[in-house]
Amino acid sequence: MTKKTTTVEATTTYKLNVEEVRKDFPILHRQVNGKPLVYFDNGATSQKPQQVIDVINRYYQHENSNIHRGIHTLSQEATDAYEKARTTVQQFINAQHNHEVIFTSGTTGSINLVASSFGKKHIQAGDEIIISTMEHHSNIVPWQMLCEEKGAILKVIPINEKGELLLDEFKKLLSPKTKLVAVTHVSNTLGTINPVKEIIQLVRQHNSTLDGNVGGNIPPSGGQRGAVILIDGAQAVPHTKVDVQALDCDFYAFSAHKMFGPTGVGILYGKEAILNELPPYQGGGDMIKTVTFEKTTYNELPHKFEAGTPNIVGGIGLAAAIDYMNHIGIANIEAYEHELLNYATHKIKKIEGVRIIGEAANKASVLSFLVDGTHPSDIGMIIDKLGIAIRTGHHCTEPLMNRFNIPGTARASFAFYNTKEEIDTFILALERALKMLK
Amino acid sequence: MNSIQETQQEIVEEFALFDEWMDKYEHLIELGKDLPLIDEQYKTDENLIKGCQSKVWLHAELKDGKIIFTADSDAIITKGIVGLVISVFSNHTPQEIIDTDLFFIDQIGLQEHLSPTRSNGLLAMLKQIRMYAIAFQAMK
Repeated sequence: MTKKTTTVEATTTYKLNVEEVRKDFPILHRQVNGKPLVYFDNGATSQKPQQVIDVINRYYQHENSNIHRGIHTLSQEATDAYEKARTTVQQFINAQHNHEVIFTSGTTGSINLVASSFGKKHIQAGDEIIISTMEHHSNIVPWQMLCEEKGAILKVIPINEKGELLLDEFKKLLSPKTKLVAVTHVSNTLGTINPVKEIIQLVRQHNSTLDGNVGGNIPPSGGQRGAVILIDGAQAVPHTKVDVQALDCDFYAFSAHKMFGPTGVGILYGKEAILNELPPYQGGGDMIKTVTFEKTTYNELPHKFEAGTPNIVGGIGLAAAIDYMNHIGIANIEAYEHELLNYATHKIKKIEGVRIIGEAANKASVLSFLVDGTHPSDIGMIIDKLGIAIRTGHHCTEPLMNRFNIPGTARASFAFYNTKEEIDTFILALERALKMLK
Repeated sequence: MNSIQETQQEIVEEFALFDEWMDKYEHLIELGKDLPLIDEQYKTDENLIKGCQSKVWLHAELKDGKIIFTADSDAIITKGIVGLVISVFSNHTPQEIIDTDLFFIDQIGLQEHLSPTRSNGLLAMLKQIRMYAIAFQAMK
């Protein structure tokens, strides 16, 4: 059905029949604690459609084999499916080449790969790495570890009370010593959609002012190098169209499991020229060209960064998830989720004592909140008994919680298979919990 | 003075009156609200058991051969459970604590609160109680 949205702020249209969509997700039809499941913990992980589950089952039932090395038919079929998945990802994020798409274990794995390989080659004592206040621990700790190891300095972009990055402050942080800027596209805790395009342009402008730099992307060897940019896209890719060429980022990291695919697999996109000059991350099979005890030569992209037997079914399952998202339509997903967010925000604000954490002008479907006089974990525990799954705690963003001087939040995060009726149920449950707690 | 076993049995009987989870939680919330558990001076970082979800403070001192536990939590349901645990173990000798198995939490249907995924500090608190008992026993 085509539907015009009617809620307070939304004016977008979408073509999405949520009742039909829900039929694709078997888990949404189960009960929890005797109540129909209301799954609002999509920021932690998303549910999987039958189409993805089928592809995973079929792989193990009919195609399972190791890739890239077998002479037999099964191995060739598995290799073809895996490499086809790489191309599906390439098209999904509009990468220029499919060898710019590296399969990893997830966003965390992708960021650690860059911290290790880029760090080994390019980070020295006194160099500076810039992150933001709203980063997930997985986009903080790898850089901290690298800074400790190399004697480099970590700098942090501050945010305002609404949970928006202060770009003027960011500009002041950029210096000739800045080697890398790592920023999240969408905050998992606040929902803020960061202006990553603008951030990347600021870095490019900054790079172009540096002596001996040739445009920022490829550093002249031995000369002054500009900063490269990594975007943590874990929370963005499930909700919005990402085009890495239009963004002009150097690295983009995301996970399959947050975008309706399997756990344990993710992507590191990197520009060919930069990936080519980096040393390998892990050593092992598949990443080598020749091995002797004296000297090993490394394979070409993307295999140079994919040591060992990869998560083959994970990659294929990710491609199935992308096919599914394309079938629903990412613009439809974005518009519908925006409507859900507006609806939920509007309703929750009517409850006395509610404070929304994260009120950026541009937000994805994440609703973090606190209620005066109550602890988020108590709310989470009580509404769990009513079948409602939300997340409570610091959401792996402790520095951000410290910034707001709060112990944590309760967070409802929506996907395109959620409904306004579920939001109504959630609001009723929340009111019931507050009655008990106050 | 009740033994640890007797106190646990009493709690089990008390909770047997509640059929619904809602009533159990309401009871825990009341317990949590009623109990000013810990002296503010003991709410120190040293006594803090930090869970991902909520914080628990646990203080122990030996008085006349018995361990006096006081504790607190910033989350009210957790605080209610903490209060029950303290009522079971406090004012007993280290040997009595070491010798006793905790069964009441399972029997009143709150075992999920001890799951590591809850990360509410309760499981760590139980370990800490045992550690105190072992340490005080060793000091004898």
